[in-house]
Amino acid sequence: MKDKLHELGEQARGKMAEAGSLEELNEIRVRFLGKKGELTRILRGMGSLSAEERPRVGQVANEVRAALEEELAVRSASLKELVREQKLRSEGIDVTLPGSPGQRGGIHPLNAVLEEIQDIFLGLGYSIAEGPEIETDYYNFEALNLPKDHPARDMQDTFFISGEILLRTQTSPVQVRTMEKTAPELPVKIIAPGKVYRRDDDATHSPMFNQVEGLAVDRRITFSDLKGTLAHFAREMFGGKTITRFRPSYFPFTEPSAEVDVSCVMCGGKGCRVCSHTGWLEILGSGMVHPRVLEVSGYNSEDVTGFAFGMGIERIAMLKYGIDDMRLLFENDLRFLRQF
Amino acid sequence: MKVSYKWLQEFVNIDISPRELADRLTLAGITVEGVKETGEGVSKVITGQIDSISRHPNADKLVVTSVNIGTEKLQIVTAATNVREGDIIPVAVEGAKLASGLAIKRAKLRGVESRGMMCSGQELGIDPKTMSAEQASGIMILPPGARIGEDAKEILGLDDYILELDLTPNRGDCLSIIGVAREVAALLGKPFRLPQPSFGELDEKTEGQVKVDILDRDLCRRFVGRLIKNVRIGSSPLWMQQRLRAAGMRPINNIVDVTNYVMLELGQPMHAFDYNLLQDGHIIVRRVREGEKIITLDGAARDLTPGMLAITDPSGPIAIAGVMGGQSTEVTDKTESILLESAFFNPVSVRRTSKALGLRSEASLRFEKGIDIGGCARAADRAAQLIVEMGSGEASAGRVDRTSETITERVVQFRPSRASYVLGVDIPGETARDILTSLQFKVQDANGDLLVTIPTHRVDVSLEVDLIEEVARMYGYDKAPETLPFGKSTGGMKTIEQAYTTRVRSQLAASGLFEVMTYSFVHPRVFDLMNLPAGSPYRNTLNIQNPLSEEHSVMRTMLLPCLMEVLVRNYNRRVQNGAVFEMGRVFVTRGLDTQPEEKTILAAAAMGCAPGSWNLAPAAFDYYYLKGVLENLFSALRTAPVTFRPESADPSFHPGRTAVLEADGVRLGILGELHPDVLEKYELPVKVTAFELDFNQLLALSGQPADFIPLPKYPGIERDLAVLVKKDIPAEGIFAAIREAGGKLLSDVSLFDIYSGEQVPDGMQSMAFSLKFQAVDRTLTDAEAVEMTNAIAGALAGKFGAELRS
Repeated sequence: MKDKLHELGEQARGKMAEAGSLEELNEIRVRFLGKKGELTRILRGMGSLSAEERPRVGQVANEVRAALEEELAVRSASLKELVREQKLRSEGIDVTLPGSPGQRGGIHPLNAVLEEIQDIFLGLGYSIAEGPEIETDYYNFEALNLPKDHPARDMQDTFFISGEILLRTQTSPVQVRTMEKTAPELPVKIIAPGKVYRRDDDATHSPMFNQVEGLAVDRRITFSDLKGTLAHFAREMFGGKTITRFRPSYFPFTEPSAEVDVSCVMCGGKGCRVCSHTGWLEILGSGMVHPRVLEVSGYNSEDVTGFAFGMGIERIAMLKYGIDDMRLLFENDLRFLRQF
Repeated sequence: MKVSYKWLQEFVNIDISPRELADRLTLAGITVEGVKETGEGVSKVITGQIDSISRHPNADKLVVTSVNIGTEKLQIVTAATNVREGDIIPVAVEGAKLASGLAIKRAKLRGVESRGMMCSGQELGIDPKTMSAEQASGIMILPPGARIGEDAKEILGLDDYILELDLTPNRGDCLSIIGVAREVAALLGKPFRLPQPSFGELDEKTEGQVKVDILDRDLCRRFVGRLIKNVRIGSSPLWMQQRLRAAGMRPINNIVDVTNYVMLELGQPMHAFDYNLLQDGHIIVRRVREGEKIITLDGAARDLTPGMLAITDPSGPIAIAGVMGGQSTEVTDKTESILLESAFFNPVSVRRTSKALGLRSEASLRFEKGIDIGGCARAADRAAQLIVEMGSGEASAGRVDRTSETITERVVQFRPSRASYVLGVDIPGETARDILTSLQFKVQDANGDLLVTIPTHRVDVSLEVDLIEEVARMYGYDKAPETLPFGKSTGGMKTIEQAYTTRVRSQLAASGLFEVMTYSFVHPRVFDLMNLPAGSPYRNTLNIQNPLSEEHSVMRTMLLPCLMEVLVRNYNRRVQNGAVFEMGRVFVTRGLDTQPEEKTILAAAAMGCAPGSWNLAPAAFDYYYLKGVLENLFSALRTAPVTFRPESADPSFHPGRTAVLEADGVRLGILGELHPDVLEKYELPVKVTAFELDFNQLLALSGQPADFIPLPKYPGIERDLAVLVKKDIPAEGIFAAIREAGGKLLSDVSLFDIYSGEQVPDGMQSMAFSLKFQAVDRTLTDAEAVEMTNAIAGALAGKFGAELRS
């Protein structure tokens, strides 16, 4: 009987190894280990055994059963794993097909650049000021030390609504408006973005364009502070290795005045087509606020100093993105706008 | 201003190359835009004299010449018609190169050997605009006596470099060679040599023969006259001609050329009158009187207006002061005596006059920036000297010099401590003193500060801060350190408008719209295109007096036409699907002489559909798309509830597909499909949906507090309800009725289907709602949910005659 049991065990093990599916395995379990299975059938014959043989055979029978059950569990687990694998394999998709098209719009590149500029100056403690786009001659010119018939008015060809009302040619009037509101309090630290208008229209000029003005007024604000502020701005805007260069220049409302160049963003200063092989790109005008401008705005110019700067956002956007025609920025071709 | 490198060297020794000089000047604030080599690329061009000219055996239009170039005689075949035997001309010999890059080789022309080419001015790189028509069309003929066998570039003064300056308007003094030379001297630390004209004079005096009266001394602060007798009109020497050409001026004759030459050299505009044509030798400088006219040198008859300053003689105006001379006293071939004028005219007056007449000259350009009042006499002498030296005339003794004042120089204090306060860098007083002295300022010490005398040619310097700039720019801006302001700290702030602008922009971009930026000025026609009636307030525009074109001539009062233009442009470029938005100002007039109200408008327009794909049908950019965009925006901005009221009276919009947006009884804006008439006028064959909102109204509604509602602890129950209702019942009313009937326990209701067609009677539609019931304190039972659903259905039946659909 012991032999029969061992034989049965061998036979069952063999079948289990051959089983190709969980269903087959279950059939084998029922056939050998079920209530009406072969092992039970053999054990039913135990009655014919002697009393001393019975426990020994019983022990063998239990051993065989335990071994088979263990084998069954192992085999069942591996078959389950197999089934799972097959299922996952059959569920595969082409992950290289295009994804569902979401709604994707975009911010105009000029405003994207403006937001970037604003963030840099917000981080330096500047607030953002705004002013009217249609200005008076006084704020656009006279208060900025540009009396009527001043030759420097030729620098800005102006659109007029009437003799005294015009489309502002620069964001600088916001300087005076802000100082008038603030004086005699100190400090004033603002940037003023906005649209400005000049009578020009070609590949590098647009009759409407965007400027950002900056103004810092306090006791003991120096030209060196202007340099440091704009050098910081240039590094933030164009990358940490950007070098700035200050060239003497002239604006009626600043003295001393400076044009600011940055090392060419394309070639890093070696010289290329973009920088006309000079290694430098002119990006903004700046200077120390002219004493007359401080005085008309309500500050004592002996005590209080300040710096101001102004830059064209178009120029900066064009440099940043490598755009070669300013008109593209105002044509609003969706194929252009999608690129930003 | 174009400046000759060689001419500069007459006043200062320059020991660096023209290009290095250009860089140094640029970094000192005198921007040099470019450096040009005159006669660039020209080599082996030699002066030669034509010995003989004979007919070409095989060609009627060619001649065979023999040209003596000193070392040999060359046979040259030419088609030139302006040369004669004895003429001295530039000859490009074998191996020569011309400005165009042309290389000269030995050649046979119609069987006759030619060993070179006679050159025109243009072939030597001379700008044809600076040559007379006669010169420009033929071979360049040099004056008799020019040396033969020499390098023609040298003889013609073409071995030079021209610095092209882009001067700022304050530096009128640098519209002259000596002005630039002063800067160069200061930069290089070299002495500056101011020319001191000396020449022989006749015994007879200018004073007495010329009478000058200045009647309007406010407009003419100085008038210097010099009389030149025995004038022989001819052409000026080559070197002078070349210098004028290099500066972009065309040589005319020896007298005119001298006046121009002195203007370029010293910055003093000059004029020469034919003395014999001057009535009584009497100059009267006065304001124009009513009705006076003049024919100017350019041949134009001009009506003058009172207030303009004129040079007159007893017969009337003979020149417009500082702008242009008159024909009646013009220097001609017959002129025997001239009166040279060297004056100071009021800059504003000259500027106004030249603007009013549309006449800008080299002279007016200088006068309006302010010339050196102290230099008038020197300029008159310099001109006389040149004329005498050239043998073109003889100078009467002395000058007439009328001035309304004693010419004084301003004295300005310079405090090194103040310079440091402004610049943030300590420049020693000694250094400042040296810099100012090198720039020709006279400097005196005064207890550590400096008293600086400003020379009359520096009209741009009048304040201490001007001197600080002078010192800083010569000291070098690069020597100032880079620091940041210190002192009271400030928090960088956006205003609420700005903060919301950023949020609205991001929200709309995330909803699939592209931001655009359009011009604030439009064509007046756009109001017709938008279908607006004659009396529409949008037509009340602010107009630009001097627009670039009608296209951009009125300030916009609405954004939609700008967006329409964007859609049309894209459509015509075959980009036919898209949604765009813009935030920008419109201008509401308050009268011509006041600033208008500037209102910020948020507008959007969309055509076609969103991109579809292999797994997704494209969604139309229609009314419901933009409405969804707005609902999301309102939700993101936490606005007060906004209602969409049907609107059928707006002429720009489709009467059945438009809503006015309102909140708290205030109109926020409009949303709708554009009227088919508008699309037709724009010739756009697709539908467009658009909205325009008043940004400040939107702002006022935004930022409602976010009140926390605890999350439900008990599960809710969802039920669907489908009803048949008449199509013309607005959904808004049905929603309201459902909410009312559902009461507190109805936590959410949404519409998930609308259907009409088969099995739905005509004029009716099936609306399927998803209802969610929820109690805060217990789990609802199915029976309760059924009961409430039935109550809702009952309410809809009662209010709208809705039939329950099973």
